[in-house]
Amino acid sequence: MQRNIRFMLNGRPVEVQVGNHQNLVEVLQGQGLFGARESCAQGLCGCCTVIVNGAAVSGCLTLAPLIEGADVRTIEEAQPDGQLDPVQQAFVETGAFQCGFCTPGFVLMTRQLLDAHPQPSDDEIRHYLAGNLCRCAAYPEIINAVRLAAAKRKG
Amino acid sequence: MATTLGKSNSGAAFGRSIPRVEARAKVTGKAEYVHNLRLPGMLYGKVHRSTVAHGRIRGIDVAAAKALPGVYAVYTAADIIKLIPEPYYGPAFHDQPILAVDKVHHVGEPVALVLAADPHVAEAAAQLIDVDYEELPAVFDEVEAMTSKAIVHDVLKPAGTFPDLKHLKGKRDTNIALDFHLRRGDVQKAFAEADHVFEHTFRTQQVLHVPLEPFVTVADPTPNQLVIHTASQSPSFVRIEIARLLGWPENRVRVKVPYLGGGFGAKLYIKTEALTAAAALLAGRPVKISLTMEEQFYQITKHAATLRIKSGVTKDGKVTSRECEVWWNGGAYADIGPRVTQKSGFTAPGPYDIDHVSIDSYALYTNLPAAGALRGFGIPQLVWAYESHTDMIAKALKMDPLAIRRKNILREGRPQATGTLMRDAGIEKVLERLAQRMDWEKAFDKGSGTLRRGRGIAIGFKASISPTTSVAIVNVSADGSCMVYCSTVDMGQGSDTAMAQFAAEALGIPVESVTVVHPDTDVTPYDMATLGSRSTYHMGHAVKLAAEDARDKLMQLARDVGLSAETTPTPDIFRKKYGMQAGNIVGVGSYIPTYTSPDAQGQTTNATPFWMIGATGAEVEVDTETGEFKITRLVNLVDVGRPVNPAIVETQISGATMMQLGFTLFERMDFDAGQCTNASLADYKIPGIRDVPLVMENEAVDMVQQSGPFGAKGVGESGTFGVSPAIASAIDDAVGVRLTSLPLTAEAVYRGLRAEAGKPLDE
Repeated sequence: MQRNIRFMLNGRPVEVQVGNHQNLVEVLQGQGLFGARESCAQGLCGCCTVIVNGAAVSGCLTLAPLIEGADVRTIEEAQPDGQLDPVQQAFVETGAFQCGFCTPGFVLMTRQLLDAHPQPSDDEIRHYLAGNLCRCAAYPEIINAVRLAAAKRKG
Repeated sequence: MATTLGKSNSGAAFGRSIPRVEARAKVTGKAEYVHNLRLPGMLYGKVHRSTVAHGRIRGIDVAAAKALPGVYAVYTAADIIKLIPEPYYGPAFHDQPILAVDKVHHVGEPVALVLAADPHVAEAAAQLIDVDYEELPAVFDEVEAMTSKAIVHDVLKPAGTFPDLKHLKGKRDTNIALDFHLRRGDVQKAFAEADHVFEHTFRTQQVLHVPLEPFVTVADPTPNQLVIHTASQSPSFVRIEIARLLGWPENRVRVKVPYLGGGFGAKLYIKTEALTAAAALLAGRPVKISLTMEEQFYQITKHAATLRIKSGVTKDGKVTSRECEVWWNGGAYADIGPRVTQKSGFTAPGPYDIDHVSIDSYALYTNLPAAGALRGFGIPQLVWAYESHTDMIAKALKMDPLAIRRKNILREGRPQATGTLMRDAGIEKVLERLAQRMDWEKAFDKGSGTLRRGRGIAIGFKASISPTTSVAIVNVSADGSCMVYCSTVDMGQGSDTAMAQFAAEALGIPVESVTVVHPDTDVTPYDMATLGSRSTYHMGHAVKLAAEDARDKLMQLARDVGLSAETTPTPDIFRKKYGMQAGNIVGVGSYIPTYTSPDAQGQTTNATPFWMIGATGAEVEVDTETGEFKITRLVNLVDVGRPVNPAIVETQISGATMMQLGFTLFERMDFDAGQCTNASLADYKIPGIRDVPLVMENEAVDMVQQSGPFGAKGVGESGTFGVSPAIASAIDDAVGVRLTSLPLTAEAVYRGLRAEAGKPLDE
């Protein structure tokens, strides 16, 4: 069954027709946004991470009708001055990725981590990012990126 | 930027840790993957797969699928054959059908394809297809496959590419897809004369690559060409193979590859390309096939293997003779398995100086999902066996693991098992640096009570696949900016950045003024493939040659108009020649290393253009009450020649190590009658951030590959080599339990502890 839903996407209102069986990743693809990527389709890898009403969710497990009226933010959300944010900048400087397929999920989760814990311990970093997988295993660099991003945000 | 040609080979671009050229695209989610591609009128393809491991197809009922509203078409082999009469592909054997013809060979083999504009409709319809099978006896174990009555393929069909497979043409009643043999000296005589003879058998399990971007291809039948957008590590091979299947010239097939969301050897040769291409041509519409994570478990895997090693040793620990038998479980299709059998097989005795060597290495067909190349091309399996064997010999002789290696390692200038003399192979340097970083000569805290500590080291080596060709074009524009055209695929290893560094270094211009054009077979020239850590060396050479050619031509152009290219900004040279900002300078480079084919005894004076060396040291802490263990320190040393980009090299070392850590500690495909029972990330765990050892150190030793471009060579696999045996040896050192099968689970350690205590657990 198809229905129309309205929600805020990266700060702008949108209205789209969705099927009850469709997920948030498909809705975003329909909007030309491909940064949230379905990989495991079980909510285990974090590649499809999207921020819904301020909390990170797995886009592959979020049914489209459930985002009616929600505030949805994705990796494509532009920074006000067109620059990379401190987290993205830190990922670039530390080389915290290889193939880049999982990177948007890590960037979004790191922002959320630093919102909750501005100066996270290594244990907090490992705990918070345990739901994001990187098959290239750039994990040591990701941990460095989180530390650097924390410093950049503070500075 | 008004660029002037600077000094060539000044070190301004090469050897610097510049950020990846695509860094911004990747952190903003805007990097281009085939995953993102949608074309007007595009249909989605969903595959119906075999539910039995081996069977004859009596009938396929597609009526219900065809009747589902929204279904555009349903295809079986009968449809494919109308377009492609001989619908079999593969790099070594033409054994893999685009859709199953008469017979299925493993659970998960594609039998039918549904096309629909809505992927959910296609998926629902694929479930409605009903196939009637007559089940046949199946074989799953590689050693059983040697003599099994169950025969996977009725007749062997070598592709004709590799001379050592030609003798298998038309062979029946066998599962052996290649038997490789090497003989050096007289092993039996040496065994008879040895003080000790040791023999052990090792096993490795079937695992898979799990790129987070699953296989994906879009095929677009345009009026003049078939355009294939695909997540492939081998665009040139895809073009040649699809053209062969269709009976077309190469230039009617165009293959384009953007970034890959991981490859690791999975996305080589033909995977989803042939099926997508055939479907698009039959439908006359663009078709996209994206596999799910579950489907990746049926596509391509890493060889499980059984490895038997027997060594003759003097009483002071010198290995005088070694016999290796290796059985590679290739699954239902040969893929590149026969090359693993030979190209890796010849290093089976390890990086040791042994006078008498015998190797028998067999590629076997079984009724499991096919196995191919996975980060190391068989080497991690071999290192697992020969390094475990080395430590078991050392323990029996009460020798130190470092001492036995020092006594036996292959030193510079000494002949390897093929007879090829070792050149620029930092085996000794890597071993000594590892010992230093591990503080090996110092006393080690072995723990106490129920927490015991141990440590282990392991070293491996690999030859480069040879001979293979890379071609590159360097195009200098009238403003002095430069483009590199090459078919090397950046799948995360950083090749775009490395190739930009090679070109900039050779031209003497800033890296920022170079861009690298992504593989597009209409534009970028031939490259054998992005595999086996070959690109830095082979494509690095080709790009360097192309840049030098462009540099020479630009100097000539400057001279022609009475200027000097080294003092005049490049734009001024073009302007003087053409009167405006116009024209190009195009340099071309082509590289193929020298190589000598092995003789009947497996002997050759030139087995490889370069050697890759990797070693790992591990420290572990084992809980004797549960068998659980923690890796407290992992030290990885490699010889990569001169690193092109030290930061990316370090990420490659630790990434390779972490991947092998998954294969060492927990990854394993489980099977029940040929059905993979853990085909999802919920049941098949890959390493996460919590699995990174508390201390992990990586280092590329100070080496130069004299024959390499600016002294460089490959790095992608070397970090995998030593991981598994180093950890197994550390466990043995801690609690006296020697494991000979991967993965190294807590359960296996605990069973070993109980057996050691004379109280074995029931199976």
